[in-house]
Amino acid sequence: MNIIIAGNGKVGHALARQLSAEGHDLTIIDLDKQRLSDTVEQVDVMAVEGNCATLPVLRQAGVEGADLLIAATDMDEVNLLCCLTAHNLNPKMHTIARIRNPEYTDQIFEMREAFALSLTVNPERQAAVEIERLLKYPGFLRRDTFAKGRAEIVEVRVDGKSKLCNLSLSEILHSIIKCKVLVCAVLRNGTAMVPNGNFVLREGDRIFVTAPTADLTALLKSLGIITRRVRRVILCGGGRVSYYLAELLERDGISVQIIEQNPQRCVELTSLLPHASVVQGDCSSQEQLEAEGLGSCDALVTLTGIDEMNMITSLYGASRGVPQIITKLGRMENCLLADSLNLGSVICPRELCSNSIVRYVRAMQNQAGAAVSVHTIADGQAEAVEFQLDGSTIHCGEPLKRLNLKANVLVASITHGARTVIPNGDSVFRRGDTVVVVTNGQGVLRQFNDIFA
Amino acid sequence: MNYKMMGRFLAQIVAVEAVFLLPALLISLFLGETGAVRGFLITLAAMGVVCGGLYASCRGAETLFGAKEGLVCVSAGWIVLSLLGALPFFFSREIPRYIDALFEIVSGFTTTGASILPEVEPMSRGLLYWRSFSHWLGGMGVLVFLLAVAPAGGKGSGFTMHLLRAESPGPDVGKLVPKMRTTALILYLIYIVMTVLNVIFLLLGGMPLFDAVCTAFGTAGTGGFGIRNDSIAGYSPYLQNVCTVFMLLFGVNFSCYYLLLMRKFSSVFKDEELRLYLGIFPGSALLVAWNIRGLYGTLEETFRHAAFQVSSIMTTTGFATTDFDLWPPFSKAVLLMLMIVGACAGSTGGGLKCARVLLLFKSLRRNIRQVLHPRKVQVVRTNGRVVGENVLDNTAAYLAAYMIILLGSFIFLSLDGFSVETNLSAVLACFNNIGPGLDAVGPTCNYAAYSIGSKLVLILDMLAGRLEIFPILVLFSGSTWKHS
Repeated sequence: MNIIIAGNGKVGHALARQLSAEGHDLTIIDLDKQRLSDTVEQVDVMAVEGNCATLPVLRQAGVEGADLLIAATDMDEVNLLCCLTAHNLNPKMHTIARIRNPEYTDQIFEMREAFALSLTVNPERQAAVEIERLLKYPGFLRRDTFAKGRAEIVEVRVDGKSKLCNLSLSEILHSIIKCKVLVCAVLRNGTAMVPNGNFVLREGDRIFVTAPTADLTALLKSLGIITRRVRRVILCGGGRVSYYLAELLERDGISVQIIEQNPQRCVELTSLLPHASVVQGDCSSQEQLEAEGLGSCDALVTLTGIDEMNMITSLYGASRGVPQIITKLGRMENCLLADSLNLGSVICPRELCSNSIVRYVRAMQNQAGAAVSVHTIADGQAEAVEFQLDGSTIHCGEPLKRLNLKANVLVASITHGARTVIPNGDSVFRRGDTVVVVTNGQGVLRQFNDIFA
Repeated sequence: MNYKMMGRFLAQIVAVEAVFLLPALLISLFLGETGAVRGFLITLAAMGVVCGGLYASCRGAETLFGAKEGLVCVSAGWIVLSLLGALPFFFSREIPRYIDALFEIVSGFTTTGASILPEVEPMSRGLLYWRSFSHWLGGMGVLVFLLAVAPAGGKGSGFTMHLLRAESPGPDVGKLVPKMRTTALILYLIYIVMTVLNVIFLLLGGMPLFDAVCTAFGTAGTGGFGIRNDSIAGYSPYLQNVCTVFMLLFGVNFSCYYLLLMRKFSSVFKDEELRLYLGIFPGSALLVAWNIRGLYGTLEETFRHAAFQVSSIMTTTGFATTDFDLWPPFSKAVLLMLMIVGACAGSTGGGLKCARVLLLFKSLRRNIRQVLHPRKVQVVRTNGRVVGENVLDNTAAYLAAYMIILLGSFIFLSLDGFSVETNLSAVLACFNNIGPGLDAVGPTCNYAAYSIGSKLVLILDMLAGRLEIFPILVLFSGSTWKHS
């Protein structure tokens, strides 16, 4: 595919590496000539120097023949303008924009419509979501997210003491689990199966449950999984990730303390986050950390912009016996180094971001109406495939009970706009919906229409 | 230095050369030229040993590859290519001394066309073909060929940029399309199509097939090895004019042809280098024609010879239709100047390149203005785009290195006792990859009389001229070989 990457920063460079290794034709646009020539010498790409939001530069980069534009400059507005301008030159092209400013987060859907974006990525928010997931549900063995974070498939183990043991699924769904969920796969003795309502769970089963992300706490509660709940978290550094994370944690009712060095940023954070306690100070200072009660907190998350500082602070937290530690690293090279140190979980925003774009590119190659992303679940025996419904989808608007689906195919969730529902017989597919389908891997699903028998 | 990776590259280069040697071997087998067949077979065996040895000793190479490796790889590749390519002449006994055989093949690969042979017609056909084919391979570059056929992608594939930059002439080398492999393929496809067209036009004029193919090879690579003693002079006026046009075409930047194929006509016609190149040609041809009026019978003949020689020298080909050594001094001076200017960047031609001349004049104009208006802020533009200061610096450094090598070689050659005109034109003709010079190395003479030392200097000059000086210079730089 012909791909244009606007912005040769950290994400742009990481993407260029990954996508060129997958054999795509890449053109990179940037203002900095020196950085461009460095990239050209390391990766097999073509470079265009200039402002990526201008017509001549986009034309020179071959926008007319491109399949995808990824706008990843450090300015959100430039990214948006770049995608809009490019879209006017080539309406058939997909566009991905990096939008990082928290002020735009709430209007991202409207912006996607208005600027004709196929996808928006926000590395900092992605990192915050990932960290929150790690902090929030320690009971789940694994979590796979779909529909841009609105639907999940979680993996839960059924132990002997569990309420679920020796009950059929229909009993469980009626009496125990209060929220709407769907058990889409069960892994028993190494074999995956797609269960029906009469299926009885046994000890040692691993079940894969689909639920709207908003219902996960309720699910955890009704399953009676007892975990050490995180109540108090210390965040070191008050950057964008901290802001997003604090906002997410506040919603979950977790108390947040942020240590930030810049007094002005402290004031900003305080006004943005009414419930968080913001402390101005140096988070690499052990006294400061102790003063904030490091010894008694449930989790320490180091999020400053300096990897070295994050690593040192995390090491100190580990030595003081903090139960859960999460370290943010900006450079992927440092992630390898982190394996040998006791840094807890390591999060790299850049990698999360470029992975999600690469997944999008892979899905794009399978033509229109094709899978947006594919997650392998149940030890590789089942696949959860996400589809975006478009004009090519047949049977739109017909209730599910009247449709004839292939055997071993299960519609796990339907996301319409910002709302995710677990489908029943009356659910319908509508154009623009995001649908997750689980299949046991036999007979590959390339297009959404393949699910119909 | 990543010696293992370089070893693998050299092995691949040798393999490519061996494959390209096969047609020459077949021609000799078909015509029953026993001496040439023996030469080719011994050479193939030697290539097999070298190639196998390099492969065996360079297994498990890392893919880390930098600018230094790229430059050394290119120059080492060309030297190995030449050392092995000279063997058929030597082992067939048709060129008895190895240094002469080496001079001949380096002259071939660097598309110079300077010969040490007093007579080419007695040579076997297989060797004549190999001699002309070396122009074709050297014209676009053997590494560019490798890039075109090498498997695509893979880790660290960006390093190939160093190879393209080291082998393609011009101050600012870029890709045509995002992928290096596709870029190299496009370049070679244009090259092959144009060569085939050239052969067809020559055949239409009644030239025998073998002559047409060899002449097209010499034209395409802007080399200049003829297969007749009198170069192109014995062919009909039509064939001479075909050569004039095609030499000129092969001296144009190949990215212009790509842009034409992409239907971007306006950017081709507005290209300043192309305009300069196409302006110099008729200008010089008219000046020469006026200067040599009366030497030939008809006006047509005068213009034909003037245009042919100007095209031949300017594109650094070196074919001749007449002995221009007998021309008046002004014409000879024009030709010497054209030797320095050379063809376009990104073509198969040599010399300083029109693009560099353009940049040098523009920065000279800027510096003069700077003297008059010391506080005036100025940039140099070509085709409306600002040229980076580093490109200007490189161009100035290139000119300096160019002059130093030129003068150094000139002084060294003077030890042999020939005339000043001979020595100067010999260095200019070899360094700029033209071939024939003036006086004792004129179109009807050859380089055989020079001493071994002078021949070695000229060999290095030819290589330095073809690879644009720096890849050869880094071989002599201490920091290249220091452990880092």
